[in-house]
Amino acid sequence: MKMLINVAETVVADALRGMAAAHPELVVDVENRVIVRRDAPVADKVALVSGGGSGHEPLHGGFVGPGMLDAACPGEVFTSPVPDQMVRAAAAVDSGHGVLFVVKNYTGDVLNFQMAAELAEDEGVQVASVLVDDDVAVVDSTFTAGRRGTGATLFVEKIAGAAAEEGMPLERVEALARQVVASSRSFGVALSACTTPAKGSPTFDLPAGELELGVGIHGEPGRERRAMMTSREIADFAVDAVLAELDPRLPVLVLVNGMGATPLLELYGFQAEVRRVLDERGVAVARTLVGNYVTSLDMAGCSVTLCQVDGELLRLWDAPVQTAGLRWGR
Amino acid sequence: MSETVLDAAFFVRWMTAAAAVIDREADRLTELDSPIGDADHGRNMQRGFAAVVTALEAEPPATPGATLIAAGRKLISSVGGASGPLYGTLLRRAGKAFGEAPQVSAEELRAGLAAGVDAVAQLGGSAPGDKTMLDALVPGIEALATSFDAAAAASEKGALATVPMLARKGRASYLGERSIGHQDPGATSSALLFAALAEVAK
Repeated sequence: MKMLINVAETVVADALRGMAAAHPELVVDVENRVIVRRDAPVADKVALVSGGGSGHEPLHGGFVGPGMLDAACPGEVFTSPVPDQMVRAAAAVDSGHGVLFVVKNYTGDVLNFQMAAELAEDEGVQVASVLVDDDVAVVDSTFTAGRRGTGATLFVEKIAGAAAEEGMPLERVEALARQVVASSRSFGVALSACTTPAKGSPTFDLPAGELELGVGIHGEPGRERRAMMTSREIADFAVDAVLAELDPRLPVLVLVNGMGATPLLELYGFQAEVRRVLDERGVAVARTLVGNYVTSLDMAGCSVTLCQVDGELLRLWDAPVQTAGLRWGR
Repeated sequence: MSETVLDAAFFVRWMTAAAAVIDREADRLTELDSPIGDADHGRNMQRGFAAVVTALEAEPPATPGATLIAAGRKLISSVGGASGPLYGTLLRRAGKAFGEAPQVSAEELRAGLAAGVDAVAQLGGSAPGDKTMLDALVPGIEALATSFDAAAAASEKGALATVPMLARKGRASYLGERSIGHQDPGATSSALLFAALAEVAK
């Protein structure tokens, strides 16, 4: 597989050097792998720190900036960052009003953020954590690792980030983040596997003419393989899978998210089908976002995330945001 | 077995041998991690144990306990993923159990590792049979009461026994029934630690 890289060992560092060069509004510590907004710590503001394996860009580094994250910690490709990174980030962004860790529900992320929270608290930083687990393809049970964190991470980081920017206290920012998690569900499909730089070949074998239903964002296979479906059929399947666990009584935010290798032309066509299904099911749409936001390297495919919102969540969603990956309102 | 006395140099040799065997087997670990994980276990373990060896060579600890605590800390700060905290906790907790002793017996090693495995089970919220590293660690530690070679054989057998298991923890659990039929990469790397231990004990 051809890749636009130098060597596999330096892909994360190379990308961070590129971010540093492109975004003077960020402080990018390439050696320690921490991306911080340049004006941090912002006085009298709760700080948001997230992180996770690389390969999901623009998540999380592309969401650092006013109105969203204060810092992000990128790990190796598809590997959670180490506690030292989060401790360093928390120290850099804490204004004394506490730090909220936004953690996607994967065993590695959970363990490393948990260790980081303990270490940061030892250093006098007040830390709260919110776990994002929105993927309905995984059965949630105490006997499993639980639902994965996927597209809803963007909603959590945007809405909690806006709440922090408004000067809300840590408990309130944390409660809003939890409300977004509880109100969000996702479902993803893959038309191809993805290729990690370290392995250099696809992570699983998906023959032409078939697709994987219920994939995550790490090139892991899904729960079921079927003969290739049309955009219309995929939208029916994915939206119904989400609605089976969400049953929104309020309008929803819709994220039609590309996995990395699916053209926007196809994503917008798919969005039309998603809206059709939502209309047929009587679900009101408040806002829609279409694009590649929570990706899985070069995987072809998409995911649908719905988040039901009350007036306050919608107001916070509409609030200004200035990041490399999401920008509006100012 | 009961007469064996293990000093700090022995534990440095164990970690060095573990790094070497993981280096040799890295591609296989990554290969096992592809169908049921995310194809990075070999490289992550390789990076972590290389960092451990560098750290131990730069500052050789004085006791077995200090050696394993330093190794565990290094794994936590260099591996990431679930493997970093889990393997790091295994070694750190075992090291703590040794206290300040300049040497430990084989039985003290077994007891220390058993404490480490308990900590891993607690941290990961898992039990034997969940298709995790515990499926190699638990039988390995039991057999350590007999000999180092028996422990290596038992943990290898334990890793092989994960093939028909349904994964209930970690990334493989997302596959549900489709995790059956694949050997767990974490159990496989755990068996490599026992293989390295048997190698340096000869």
